[in-house]
Amino acid sequence: MLLNEPHPLESRVLTRRYVYPQKDAIGIDQYVSQQGYDGIRKALEMTPEAIIDEVKKSSLRGRGGAGFPTGMKWSFVDRKSPKPKYIVVNADEGEPGTCKDRVIMEHEPHRLIEGCLIAGRSINSNRGWIYIRGEYRKYIDIMDRAIADAYARGFLGDNVLGSGWTFHLSTHTGAGSYECGEESALLESLEGKRGNPRLKPPFPATSGAFQCPTIVNNVETYSAVPDIILNGGDWYAGLGTPRNGGTRLVCLSGHLNRPGVYEVPLGMNMLTIINEIGGGVWKGRKLKAVIPGGSSSPILRAEECDIPADYDSLAKAGSMLGSGATVVLDETADIVKVLSRLMAFYAHESCGWCIPCREGTAWLKKILARLDEGVGTKNDIDMVDQLATSMFGRTFCALGDAAAMPAMSYVRKFRDEFEAKLNSTQVFVPAPQTQPLVVL
Amino acid sequence: MADPITLTIDGKQVNVPAGTLVIEAAKQVGIEIPAFCYYEGFSLQAACRMCLVEVEKMPKLQPSCTLPAAEGMVIHTESPKVVDARKGMLEFLLTNHPLDCPVCDKGGECELQDMTFRYGAGESRFVEIKHHVDEKQWSPAVYYDAARCILCYRCIRVCDEGLGVGALGLTYRGVGAEITPSHGDHLECDECGWCIDVCPVGALTSGTYRYKSRPWEMNYAGTICTHCGDGCKTTLSVRNGEVIRANNRDRSGINDEFLCVKGRFGFDFVHSPERLQSPLMRRNGKLEPVSWSEAIGLVSDKFLEVAARGGSFGVIGSTRATNEESYFLQKFARQGLETNNIDHHRSGDVATLLDALSGKTKALATVNDLYTAKAALVVGADLAQQHPLLAYQLRANWRHHQSSTYVVSEGPVREDQYAAKSVRAAAGAELAALEGLREDLKKHGDLVILFGASVKGDAVRSLVAFGDSLGIPVTYVCLVDYSNSRGAMDMGVLPDLAPGYKAVDKPGMNIDEMLTSPTLDVLWVVGANPLEHTQLKNEKAFVVVQELFLTETAQRADVVFPAASAYEKSGTVTNVCGEVQRLKAGPKVMGAKPDLEIMGLLAKQMGLNLGIWTPDKVFEEIRRSVRGYNVALPVIATGGAAPTMPVNGRIPVSPRPDLIRPSGDTLFTSGTLGRYSRMLNKVMEAPGQLYKP
Ligand SMILES: Cc1cc2nc3c(=O)[nH]c(=O)nc-3n(C[C@H](O)[C@H](O)[C@H](O)COP(=O)(O)O)c2cc1C
Ligand code: SF4
Ligand code: SF4
Ligand code: SF4
Repeated sequence: MLLNEPHPLESRVLTRRYVYPQKDAIGIDQYVSQQGYDGIRKALEMTPEAIIDEVKKSSLRGRGGAGFPTGMKWSFVDRKSPKPKYIVVNADEGEPGTCKDRVIMEHEPHRLIEGCLIAGRSINSNRGWIYIRGEYRKYIDIMDRAIADAYARGFLGDNVLGSGWTFHLSTHTGAGSYECGEESALLESLEGKRGNPRLKPPFPATSGAFQCPTIVNNVETYSAVPDIILNGGDWYAGLGTPRNGGTRLVCLSGHLNRPGVYEVPLGMNMLTIINEIGGGVWKGRKLKAVIPGGSSSPILRAEECDIPADYDSLAKAGSMLGSGATVVLDETADIVKVLSRLMAFYAHESCGWCIPCREGTAWLKKILARLDEGVGTKNDIDMVDQLATSMFGRTFCALGDAAAMPAMSYVRKFRDEFEAKLNSTQVFVPAPQTQPLVVL
Repeated sequence: MADPITLTIDGKQVNVPAGTLVIEAAKQVGIEIPAFCYYEGFSLQAACRMCLVEVEKMPKLQPSCTLPAAEGMVIHTESPKVVDARKGMLEFLLTNHPLDCPVCDKGGECELQDMTFRYGAGESRFVEIKHHVDEKQWSPAVYYDAARCILCYRCIRVCDEGLGVGALGLTYRGVGAEITPSHGDHLECDECGWCIDVCPVGALTSGTYRYKSRPWEMNYAGTICTHCGDGCKTTLSVRNGEVIRANNRDRSGINDEFLCVKGRFGFDFVHSPERLQSPLMRRNGKLEPVSWSEAIGLVSDKFLEVAARGGSFGVIGSTRATNEESYFLQKFARQGLETNNIDHHRSGDVATLLDALSGKTKALATVNDLYTAKAALVVGADLAQQHPLLAYQLRANWRHHQSSTYVVSEGPVREDQYAAKSVRAAAGAELAALEGLREDLKKHGDLVILFGASVKGDAVRSLVAFGDSLGIPVTYVCLVDYSNSRGAMDMGVLPDLAPGYKAVDKPGMNIDEMLTSPTLDVLWVVGANPLEHTQLKNEKAFVVVQELFLTETAQRADVVFPAASAYEKSGTVTNVCGEVQRLKAGPKVMGAKPDLEIMGLLAKQMGLNLGIWTPDKVFEEIRRSVRGYNVALPVIATGGAAPTMPVNGRIPVSPRPDLIRPSGDTLFTSGTLGRYSRMLNKVMEAPGQLYKP
């Protein structure tokens, strides 16, 4: 159970119908009886412009990682294009530390379906896919069941709620790679191809799935939309801070007393989140650092954490809100090991398309393994920074940046820890190698 | 064309149409931006990140290979940031590169070496263990060493986009990513080897060339491929007199970098152990080696004796010999032996086409026209099998200019992949099917019609009438088999037509008549194998054969002269589109002589005055006397293709459609020569179905 017992400081909007503990997903009857699908009913009476305006007003920003203003993204789609227009849900949830999309799909699948319907309506789309990572078999099944129920009740199909508008929706099982969460790689994967990212521009809004205008948003982003339509964009914006509207799910993990998924308003102080909602650092230890928005976000030292947790404030602090995964590290945490582990992840997940990420992550992984083993040199520490700098901003897609950013920030902010680990091993132990020295 | 805009690159002002890629705009002012994955004419990848440039007002470095130039852009290609990025990229690239340059085929012509030399750091900081994978053999022709691969995806793109084969893809990810054949461990493809050529490093190596030489240890001869009639330029790499590689990396000639499997690998017949290297003479029923003077003497005596008693000669010319040789052969026959009994294996009705086009100008398409025409109509031919360059041109035209291609063929062909319309019609019934395409064809600004051997005789005239009725400019290509099938006709290796398609007074015997004549005294075969499937009717006929190999015909001969192949001689050939190109001698095969020289020696021995028999002199005579061949010498001398002029006058054709019998070669066969190419044979024995439409 990732959803933890509710905390009084939470603002439960998206999660308001959830109970704790909840055994089964909220069924269609319950959903409908509690205002469910009223959002799409209302949206069907609105013009596409009006829907998008409402979303713009809400200052909802993408919850998948980049935090791009959602209303703006939707307005980029040429609604008059003769091509079909598509809705794609990014449920690949690959960013380490992130575990909220599954909570949404597990508890209230119809909310996501309704979000898709409203988005579909706003761009004159008739078709949507929910791209769910293959490991989420359970949630794929839940979504499939919910979609079938929605079809049976006329929320999906050739004549949505008798409006004459057609909207079809289905799940698509991902084929297992972090990179497939990157929106253009996701679209390739959706089309049945290898999950490599695409050249941008064109962006999906112009040429997405099957070369047609497409909106790609995160599960949580779509799920926020029904309430925005029901209660108005201004209401939603008011829940957060300026330009950072609404509430968000925070995935608290790490050295905490109460890890779990919670819903908080944007702009809640990071320390409040950690100390109140998360129940504080465990075992009475002190806070060392926080990874605020998924493994790709630059790390914050304890003293940097007294800031509002929203997109703009974190950007100002040199990090990012990312996917909302907040990983808390206590004073005993081994920063070198953390980075070493993370780099192994990125090296494993790099798609291999471009040189700096493909070779850079693999190289960094080897150097960091050495540093972690305690057999690195001072020069190795500099190299980590230099190589990450060489990668940063020069890769084909953002995965390269996602690997470079933590590397740079960890070495810069915790250089003392890297140095302390130098020569910490008495006996020379070579770094573990995955390949034999000589292949005959 | 989009409006021109002005941008500044390294302080230089550049005027280009809006949307031009910055990397291309830079070329126009002589600035070369390094890149691996950018490959002109193919889709954009932005993967190698070598071409990053600094653009003022943009925070990040931008890949110039995908960045469209815009008004007022200010670009720096040598700023410290850019230089640093390039150095970083090369350092990354070399981390897992094996650096086995001393034994790598590509050493000396490797783009990674060149880039490292120019832009790389002096030393490497990589001390870790390299990721290694073993080399794989994908086919007899193609080997892949993943460790050397820099993943520029050129190979994938030329194969998929350029050829429509799509035999290669990408597997695994991260540092383990590698190129893999679509069929797992082996290729089922055209085996053209283009992927090997475009590989900037030594990751793809060729079955014929690997570990044989260093590029600077070879001599190079740019000549014309001797296989099909398309006339691809190919550069032979010759080491110690032996050809070990053929490619067209300098993009000279009509074929850009394109070559099919025959052009790139089918040269090895030259050094087949079965090559004849001495004249042979029949003694006591057996062919035995003799000296040149003895063989020439015997043939001369025999020819003189038969001529003196008014006996009958039959002469069969070649579809691969040079124009000079064909011309000299018919002159020998007509003036020296006073006979019109001369013919060759005909594979297309060029004469009827030229006659039907009489009075029209600009009615014959060149190879380049196939790349620029608005539309093409292919009638009764499988281009990708039999005319790979023409197929490539049409596809490139579609890729780059969205041209339309229409196909009328018996079975599925590769052009179906992108054809505007494909119609199936039995051989000989194609014309009836054309009517259905009339309205579509009329829409286009111009049209090239290519037709195969099933369209012959009156059908050619009907086809031209159909073309005329469309009301748009139409040009034609009559498809013929081999590298100089067209030249043999132009040069009058025909019983009824002298060079330039001029009538002869008394037409002689055609090829069938010669072979079946019970009274033929002498059969002289120069570079052909007419007895491959039949017997010579007159068992007593004296047979002289000029050949590379002991073919079925040579085995029947009384005297066999060892002939040089097209790769060993100079001269000119005329391709299927009527373009004249020059051969340049590359390798040498001891004992063999060019056919022209053999004929010259024979003429001299017989006391005939047929003029000087050097290729240049004969070509001069051809230019003077053969209609359409007064081509621009400088074009040919510099390795270009000079289109012949249309004959432009009626041709006294005596149609014999029954004699038009194409050899029906596939992509992997090439008549007699193909039989002696080890690589072509090996490729055909490889697993899987090689050619797919
Ligand atoms: C390497 C990489 C992995 C990503 N993985 C995910 C993911 O698992 N889920 C997700 O919603 N967005 C992911 N993103 C972000 C998407 O590219 C995209 O920005 C997002 O789906 C847009 O939706 P949003 O605007 O609702 O956030 C990833 C981005 C990158 C570069
Ligand atoms: S940065 Fe390059 S190698 Fe890394 S995932 Fe993106 S495209 Fe692939
Ligand atoms: S040999 Fe030619 S057809 Fe085969 S994989 Fe290479 S490029 Fe493709
Ligand atoms: S094999 Fe050669 S051409 Fe193909 S991706 Fe590798 S380096 Fe590029």
